Amino acid sequence: MAVLVVAEHDNASLKDATHKVVSAAQKMGGDVDVLVAGHNAGAAAQAAAKIAGVRKVLHADGASLDHQIAEPMQALIAPLTAGYDAVLFAATTTGKNVAPRVAAKLDVMQISGVTGIEGADTFVRPIYAGNAMLTVKSRDPKKVLTVQPTAFAAAGEGGSASIETIPAPDGPFKSAFEREEIVKLDRPELTGAKRVVSGGRALGSAEEFHRVLEPLADKLGAAIGASRAAVDAGYAPNDYQVGQTGKVVAPELYVAIGISGAIQHLAGMKDSKVIVAINKDEEAPIFQIADFGLVADYKTAVPELLAALEKAGV
Amino acid sequence: MKVLVPVKRVLDYNLKVRVKPDGSGVDLSNLKMSMNPFDEIAVEEAVRHKEGAPNLPNSHYKAGAVTEIVAVSIGPEQAQETIRTALAMGADRGVLVKADADLEPLAVAKILKGIVEAEQPQLVILGKQAIDDDSNQTGQMLAALLDWPQATFASKLELTNGRASVTREVDGGLQTLAVELPAIVTTDLRLNEPRYASLPNIMKAKKKPIDMKTPADYGVDAAPRLAVVKVAEPPKRQGGAKVKTVDELVAGLKAAGVI
Ligand SMILES: Cc1cc2nc3c(=O)[nH]c(=O)nc-3n(C[C@H](O)[C@H](O)[C@H](O)COP(=O)(O)OP(=O)(O)OC[C@H]3O[C@@H](n4cnc5c(N)ncnc54)[C@H](O)[C@@H]3O)c2cc1C
Ligand SMILES: Nc1ncnc2c1ncn2[C@@H]1O[C@H](COP(=O)(O)O)[C@@H](O)[C@H]1O
Repeated sequence: MAVLVVAEHDNASLKDATHKVVSAAQKMGGDVDVLVAGHNAGAAAQAAAKIAGVRKVLHADGASLDHQIAEPMQALIAPLTAGYDAVLFAATTTGKNVAPRVAAKLDVMQISGVTGIEGADTFVRPIYAGNAMLTVKSRDPKKVLTVQPTAFAAAGEGGSASIETIPAPDGPFKSAFEREEIVKLDRPELTGAKRVVSGGRALGSAEEFHRVLEPLADKLGAAIGASRAAVDAGYAPNDYQVGQTGKVVAPELYVAIGISGAIQHLAGMKDSKVIVAINKDEEAPIFQIADFGLVADYKTAVPELLAALEKAGV
Repeated sequence: MKVLVPVKRVLDYNLKVRVKPDGSGVDLSNLKMSMNPFDEIAVEEAVRHKEGAPNLPNSHYKAGAVTEIVAVSIGPEQAQETIRTALAMGADRGVLVKADADLEPLAVAKILKGIVEAEQPQLVILGKQAIDDDSNQTGQMLAALLDWPQATFASKLELTNGRASVTREVDGGLQTLAVELPAIVTTDLRLNEPRYASLPNIMKAKKKPIDMKTPADYGVDAAPRLAVVKVAEPPKRQGGAKVKTVDELVAGLKAAGVI
């Protein structure tokens, strides 16, 4: 049994999601190799080699892999799977984009957003916005999964795997990168953050969203998230969206401010360890899952909270 | 240019899901079914590229970029209603592939490949995700089976001379790809706001044609690859506790060890 984990990285650095997918792969049993596909991604490959328990790192480097676009990624990965029983991706926008494409090429039914591994062929995943948990057994000869990183502990450091260089595909391909607008953040990344402060429609404008949430997030060393309503209204960028169709987070502390708690939102945060809700409607569904519900107007509650945290020496 | 839009009939997004006590699945009996919300966005996008969007300021939609829209659904007889909704929004005709069981994305993608080969569209616009199975696979699989380029999670789609420029919602922000046509695009929430069909258009939709097909017409073996072991309720979260003051909240967070 051998499992290939496709690393999540931005060429410069390896994302923690990779460590979590490696630990999911270890639950399947057998040898675990990591593929780093990128451009000038040597540092990410080095970092992957240090993950505890990794047998070998495959490093494919070339211009075609610069942005990990689906077509070249498929061209690279589908043939590589010959040597593996399973290929695991993180359930990120990159993994979700590429994994089904690889699976279809292999004539395999892909399994999305896996949160539990019960053996080499049996997997648990949420369906219906996490309102039901589905356990499936795959009959396919190879397994192709996307893994929900928040559901697995990160594999440790201390490994010293060998790095094997393999060629990047050269195409031609029918899709080309044009440009990107990547939001540069001075705070922790949403999906890996230990604390998250999220705002909803109640905030009313982009200025208010940032004016209210940033000081609190700074104080807590938290990432900032948002409901769909806040993103649709332009208060926050798209990649702040937490939920069924956005990002899934499971921090130690999740603070929901002016968010009603629609099931689609809960799907992305209900596995947080401690949930705080600040909402002026005591009937808001978010209170049903909150450990600490505060029925209050955020306009007074958030400044008070900042002061109280200050006083408590946080 | 002809556009194909696959539309899935799913449990309405407002409804609460009940897991069957025997763990065999989710109870859908007598519940309202609707078009998958991402597919409404896909239909709307195709219609805007056909009709233009003169009421939108600085619109990049040009009337006539799309000339024909075919809505496809794979599912039970009642999936006809989902196709009718697409026709009422502005699609021109429909194809219903009758299949009883919930087909897996791989089987759906194979059937769609057959339809693409028969219809020869330049573009297929799918939803990024069906809100029942939450798979987020079908578009990418179809792209692989056809060897077409793909641009998933689209928040903007521009069509110009045989190419599409697609802005995608990715972790970290936005990415824009240029893809050659024919291509696969999947929709994200910010692509557009779908219209409600007007009553006259709902009436007109009743006269638009729907072809009836089966998976066998496309030579597809739709047998499932995944065996359902069980469907269970998610672990229940103990919540509902309230605090009266901010000080009480901070004390509680301290006691819980999270600050
Ligand atoms: C296909 C689909 C996918 C979706 N995916 C997602 C997703 O991934 N993530 C997501 O979040 N949503 C998603 N949604 C949307 C979801 O259904 C809800 O519409 C959305 O989560 C609501 O956002 P909200 O809670 O900010 O807004 P609202 O529901 O409008 O809630 C605002 C809350 O703020 C409170 N409030 C108002 N003023 C104040 C004040 N001064 N102080 C304190 N509280 C105040 C109100 O009492 C209310 O509870 C999806 C919907 C669909 C159809
Ligand atoms: N049975 C179906 N009939 C029509 N379209 C479908 C069907 N299943 C999936 N799709 C399309 O594929 C998209 C993604 O679905 P999924 O991969 O199941 O999350 C949906 O938004 C639809 O556009």
